[in-house]
Amino acid sequence: MVSDSPKPTASTRTLMSVIGASSVGTLIEWYDFYIFGSLATVLSTKFFPEGNPTAAFLSTLATFAAGFVVRPFGALFFGRLGDLIGRKYTFMVTLLLMGGATFAIGLIPSYDTIGFLAPTLVLILRLLQGLALGGEYGGAATYVAEHSPTNQRGYWTSWIQTTATSGLFISLLVILLTRKSMSPSAFDDWGWRVPFLVSILMVLISYVIRRNMSESPLFAKAKAEGKTSANPLKESFGRKYNFKFVLLALFGATMGQGVVWYTGQFYAMNFIKTVCNVDAVQSDELMTVALLMGTPFFVVFGWLSDKIGRKGIMLFGMLVALLTYRPLYEKMYQTTNISSRQEIPANATISTTVTPDPKQTGGTVQTKTVTHQYTDGTMLTEVTKVSSAGKSDLKRAVLLNDSDRWTLIWLVFIQVIYVTLVYGPIAAFLVEMFPVQIRYTSMSLPYHIGNGVFGGLLPAVATYLATGANQANLAAQQTGSPLPFAAPYLEGLWYPIIVAGVSFLIGLVYLKNRPQVAD
Amino acid sequence: MNRIKRYLGLLWLALAGLAGYFGTTSLGIPKLISGKLDDLVFGIIIVFILMPLIVGGLGCFAIYALQGEYDEETVKSASSGQET
Repeated sequence: MVSDSPKPTASTRTLMSVIGASSVGTLIEWYDFYIFGSLATVLSTKFFPEGNPTAAFLSTLATFAAGFVVRPFGALFFGRLGDLIGRKYTFMVTLLLMGGATFAIGLIPSYDTIGFLAPTLVLILRLLQGLALGGEYGGAATYVAEHSPTNQRGYWTSWIQTTATSGLFISLLVILLTRKSMSPSAFDDWGWRVPFLVSILMVLISYVIRRNMSESPLFAKAKAEGKTSANPLKESFGRKYNFKFVLLALFGATMGQGVVWYTGQFYAMNFIKTVCNVDAVQSDELMTVALLMGTPFFVVFGWLSDKIGRKGIMLFGMLVALLTYRPLYEKMYQTTNISSRQEIPANATISTTVTPDPKQTGGTVQTKTVTHQYTDGTMLTEVTKVSSAGKSDLKRAVLLNDSDRWTLIWLVFIQVIYVTLVYGPIAAFLVEMFPVQIRYTSMSLPYHIGNGVFGGLLPAVATYLATGANQANLAAQQTGSPLPFAAPYLEGLWYPIIVAGVSFLIGLVYLKNRPQVAD
Repeated sequence: MNRIKRYLGLLWLALAGLAGYFGTTSLGIPKLISGKLDDLVFGIIIVFILMPLIVGGLGCFAIYALQGEYDEETVKSASSGQET
C-alpha cells in the first residue's frame, strides 16, 4: 500500500504537541482505570459487602470484565469509528467516556443506601471504562505514528507506551495525597470518592488540549483522496490478506508482550506480597522504585527499534523473559525466605488484644501479634486472629533489611526491562503492519486480545497452577509419597513461559524486521 | 524458510487442539462445576473466551501457515496491494 503522493509531515513543534496531547489523555485513561484497582479494598466494603454472594459475583465480574473481556469490543467499536470518521474525534470520545464513567463511580451511593443498584451501576460503569480503554490506545498510537516521520515512529510512539506505568503512579499518588489530607475515618467515609471526582478535571483539561489538535495528516490525506474504508471491520477481518496479519500480530507479538507485561508489573507485585509475604507498604515502595527506574527504557527501546528494527528487540525481550523467569523468581523467593536467618530471641515481642467482632453481635476477636527480629535487620510480624466463633486467621509480614530490599528492587527492575523491550517498540510495529484505511481497527483488536486477554488472565491462571502444585504436595505429604513439586511457588510461571515461548517462535519464523506497509 | 513456515503449521494446529482440550477439561469445566460464583466467572472466561481464541485463532493461523499464506512471495504481493 505505497502512497502515490508525498507523505504529509508534521513539524517537530506540532509533533511535540501531538505527543503531549495524546500521552496526557492516555495517561489519564490509565489513571481512571487503575484507581478502581488501587481502591479495591475500600470499594468492596462500599459497593460489594462481604458475605453477600451475589454482590461478590458482581464484584468479580466488574474486575474481570472491564479488565480484559470488554476491551477487545471497545477496540472493534472505536477502531471502526476511527477508520470511518477519523482518529482525533474517536479518541476524544473515548477520553470523555472514560472520564464520565470514572466521575460517575465517585457519585454512586453505597450499597447501604441503594442496595443492589449500587454494584449494578458500578459494573455498568466499569464496562464503559473497559470499552473506552479498548478504543483509546489504538487511536493514540495511530495518531502519534501518523504524525511522526517514518524513521522515528518507534521513538515517538514509545511515549504512549510509558503512560500505563505513569497512570499507575499518578493514581497511587492522588490516593496517597487524599489519604494524608484527612483522617482515616473521613477517607473511609467519603474521601475515597475524591480520586474519582478529580478525574473529571484532568479529563476536561486533556479534552481542551486535544480539541485544538488537527486530524492525523495521513488519515486526512486518505479522506481527501476518498481512500478511506467504507467498512473497516469487513476489510480488516473479512479479507484473508488482512486477517492473516491480524492473527500474526496477535500470536507473534502481542500475546507474548501481554504475558511479559503482566508478569513484570503485576505478577511480580502479587508474588512479593502473597508468596514472599513482604510487608504491603514495603512491597509498594520497592515496586514503585523499580518501575520508576525502568520507565525511561520504553523510550530507549522505542528509539533503538527505529535504528535496528522492531522484531529483534521484541523477540529478545520475550526470549530472555522465558529463559530467566524461574531463576529470577527463585532468587526473589530465597531473598525473602526467613528460614535461613538467625533470630535474636531476646528481641521478640508478643502482644494480645481482644476487640468486639464486627461480623458477630456479642462476639469477640482475639488478636495476637508476635514480632521476630533477625541478626541481619529483617523483621517478621505474625498476626493471628481468633474469633469467638472459632475462626482463625494468620497473616505474616516480612520487613526486609536494606540489602535484601535492593536485591528485590533489582530483580523487579530486570523484569521491567523485559517489559520495556517487548512493549517499547510494539505501537510502531502494529501501526506499520496495517494500511491507513483499516489501521485503527486492525491494530487495536490484536493488541487488546494479546495484552488484555492473554496477559489479563495471567494472575488467575498462574495462581491456579501454583495452588494446584501446593495441593498436590500436601496430598503427597499426607500419603507419605515423594513431593511432586520441588518449588510449587514457581509453577504459576509456566503460563507466561509457554505463552511467551509460542509467541517467540511464531514471531521468529513469520514476522519481518521491516514495516509491512509503507506510508 | 517457506517450507519451515508451512510445516510449522502442523505444530500450531496440534498446539491449538491440545490447548483447547486441556484448557477446557483441566481449567475450564472444573471451574464451571465447582459451585462457587467466583470460579464460575473464571470458568466462563476460560471456556467461552480464551479457548475459542486459542482453538479458533491459532487453528486459523495454522491453516493459513499450511496453505502458504505467510510465504515470502504471498506476503509481498499482499502488502503491495494485490489480494491473493
